[in-house]
Amino acid sequence: MLTTWAYVSNYFVYSAMAVFALSFFAHAFETAWAVRAPELADNTSGNVLTKTFDYTRTERAARIATAMMILGFLLLLCGVIARGISAEHVPWGNMYEFSITGALAFTGAYLVALRKHDLRWLGLFVSISVLLTLGTAITLLYRNSAPLVPALKSTWLVIHVIAAIISGGVFLLANVIAASYLYLESMEKKGGRKPWAKRLPDLETLDQLSYRLVAFVFPLWTFAVIAGAIWAESAWGRYWGWDPKETWAFITWVAYAAYLHARVTIGWRGRRAAWLCLFAGSTFLFNYVYVNVWGTGKHTYSGL
Amino acid sequence: MSNEVDLPELGATGLARFAWRQLTSMRTALILLMMLGIAAVPGSLIPQRSQNPMAVRQYFIDSPELAKWIDRLSGFEVYSSPWFSAIYILLFISLIGCVLPRSFEHFGAMRALPPATPRNLSRMEFFTSFSGDESNFEKGRAWLKRKRFRIRIEDGSISAEKGYLRETGNLLFHLSLILILIGVSVGSLFGMRGEAIINKGERFISLPTSYDTLTFGKLVNESTLAPFIIEVDDFQAKYDAVTNAPQDYTATVRVTNPGEKTSQIKKLKVNSPLTFGNTRVYLQANGYSPIVTVRDTAGDVVFQGPVPFLPQDGNLRSIGSIKVPDARPQIGFVASFLPTYARDAKQGGISVFPEALDPKLLFSIWEGDLGLDSGIPQSVYRIDTSKMKRIALDSLKPGESFTFSAGTITFETFVPWVNLQVVDDPGKSYALYGAIAAILGLLASLFGRRRRIWIRITSSGVVEVAGLAKNGAPGLEEEVAELVAFMRDEK
Repeated sequence: MLTTWAYVSNYFVYSAMAVFALSFFAHAFETAWAVRAPELADNTSGNVLTKTFDYTRTERAARIATAMMILGFLLLLCGVIARGISAEHVPWGNMYEFSITGALAFTGAYLVALRKHDLRWLGLFVSISVLLTLGTAITLLYRNSAPLVPALKSTWLVIHVIAAIISGGVFLLANVIAASYLYLESMEKKGGRKPWAKRLPDLETLDQLSYRLVAFVFPLWTFAVIAGAIWAESAWGRYWGWDPKETWAFITWVAYAAYLHARVTIGWRGRRAAWLCLFAGSTFLFNYVYVNVWGTGKHTYSGL
Repeated sequence: MSNEVDLPELGATGLARFAWRQLTSMRTALILLMMLGIAAVPGSLIPQRSQNPMAVRQYFIDSPELAKWIDRLSGFEVYSSPWFSAIYILLFISLIGCVLPRSFEHFGAMRALPPATPRNLSRMEFFTSFSGDESNFEKGRAWLKRKRFRIRIEDGSISAEKGYLRETGNLLFHLSLILILIGVSVGSLFGMRGEAIINKGERFISLPTSYDTLTFGKLVNESTLAPFIIEVDDFQAKYDAVTNAPQDYTATVRVTNPGEKTSQIKKLKVNSPLTFGNTRVYLQANGYSPIVTVRDTAGDVVFQGPVPFLPQDGNLRSIGSIKVPDARPQIGFVASFLPTYARDAKQGGISVFPEALDPKLLFSIWEGDLGLDSGIPQSVYRIDTSKMKRIALDSLKPGESFTFSAGTITFETFVPWVNLQVVDDPGKSYALYGAIAAILGLLASLFGRRRRIWIRITSSGVVEVAGLAKNGAPGLEEEVAELVAFMRDEK
């Protein structure tokens, strides 16, 4: 019965991948069409047109892409829940489970942010990175659903990991936006945006958005670290022991704290702030990949 | 031409003041914060003595030259190294120097009235004006009061401010970081930490001599140990039949509190430690102790008892040694215990499951000098066989005996052992309260909105309303609109 749920979970994850792939194509089509549209108009009429875009033509593709993204999110959510049922615990026992939940959190962060800001230009990136994450997870990291080792049997697993995963999803989104900022900024310096990039938000908006995301999720990350410390106290007999994962969580915290101070107190904006944001985000990624795969310490469980 | 610049004399106090200003400047604090992050990196890449002393020893064997240099730079104790301590101590001094003056200032500002209404309100944000009278003005005052604004009334104008919580939260956050640091320091100065291996059926009395390892904080000593007694009645480990991964460890223990006669039976699990005041007891590891009896050729018992063996892998293949220093010449058994025995073509005897389904004791017997009198501390799990000669090799199942040239060894049976970790950390509650306060402060400082709203009624019967949001806090426009609507009786 429980193994059946594991299969159900896998089907959901595969379907989610297929839907994310469709979303990716829809986003790609939308991006490409938005670029080509005025050029076509240019050729047929012979008039000199400024390269502004007719969004009504790509609106349908954009809507389909977002709908697919939502559907993919729901399918993946079902996959994660089914995985949890099959293992009889929250599905955060190994790296495969972290990865699918992380992809879910990333998509979720994107969709939530989409309600307030028009981020659909990011969809291409979000869909491909979720696709890659799920692909890696299911091919390289897949492990059979198994019960938890005793150290993980705690309510804090739910609290600590959910806080960490949500923070991770939002940090990555902020990172993507900061990277876009840097890319677009250098493009503008070299003589203006290329046609396809004209539809992306202006630099000021990107700058503000990545800051807002970090400021919003920094308390949650702080909470994730503290919840981890409380759990470590009851499982390992000390609340802080400079275990590699703890150390890197601390480094990430310090880096984001520096970022927030640099912005709020010293008034860093733009390029420097974006680089600092990227640096802080990369410490999070490093923690996830390095400590889980090559690292030693108490956060490595059951073969990834 | 001289390039000399006439510098003003600073003097000792001037210099100190200059240094203090530099240290407490935001830029320095930020640099220190980044340095702290970077300084934490090497400790996660190089093995640390506090976590993995075996790996450090291995590092010294693998690359002795490099290890010597790393050791000189405290690379194996990064988090208690002088340079790491220097960074965080400077950071905290900088933080205190920054936060304390601001706290006093803020405390004063909270009790003071908001600043006077500016003369020209139309220069402020969201300026609105409409014709009205004293009643509109009064309504505005009531609204602001109900919304808990801090209000200053001068004739014909109201200056209101709200959102001091933002700065309060900011200061609370930074002050609680200091509380966390105090908690950590108290823990390391007044705490203790010890470990002991206890066989099932044995009794552990918390005395300095009962511990395998025991460390105290700098300001406490053995006299602070709480002399509780723990008797391990039973230990059950459950493993997954497919993955061999552990599912549950439960030790049933009989606990006697210090000074009490009666004992209670308690369950000790990985995530639920026992608590004696500030002291907590954790179930950390487990393994097997084979019980063996060694007799000499005359049939007299020269050794008897359970010997804890050290697990080597997930299937609890365990190594250990049985030392018989009283035999003449001395005898040693270099042994491994395999809970579920199997034979591997490459490795020889291995264990294929952590539970003792088909246990076997493999050993080689050595005769000669165990080297126990040399004064060099020895591992209880290993034997230095450099001055010994191997005289036999065999394997036994429980109940079996083997006779060799100097006597007989009987593998009677085996019992599980548990490793209990005893920790006293009197500082952890401070750290916890500090952490909770830090989160609350952080939330208040990131989501608090400080803003001012002014109302003025001019002699010609025009009511003016305007606002100002600090740090670009959103939502003021709606708030001002709501106020205006209320004042004009539209709601």
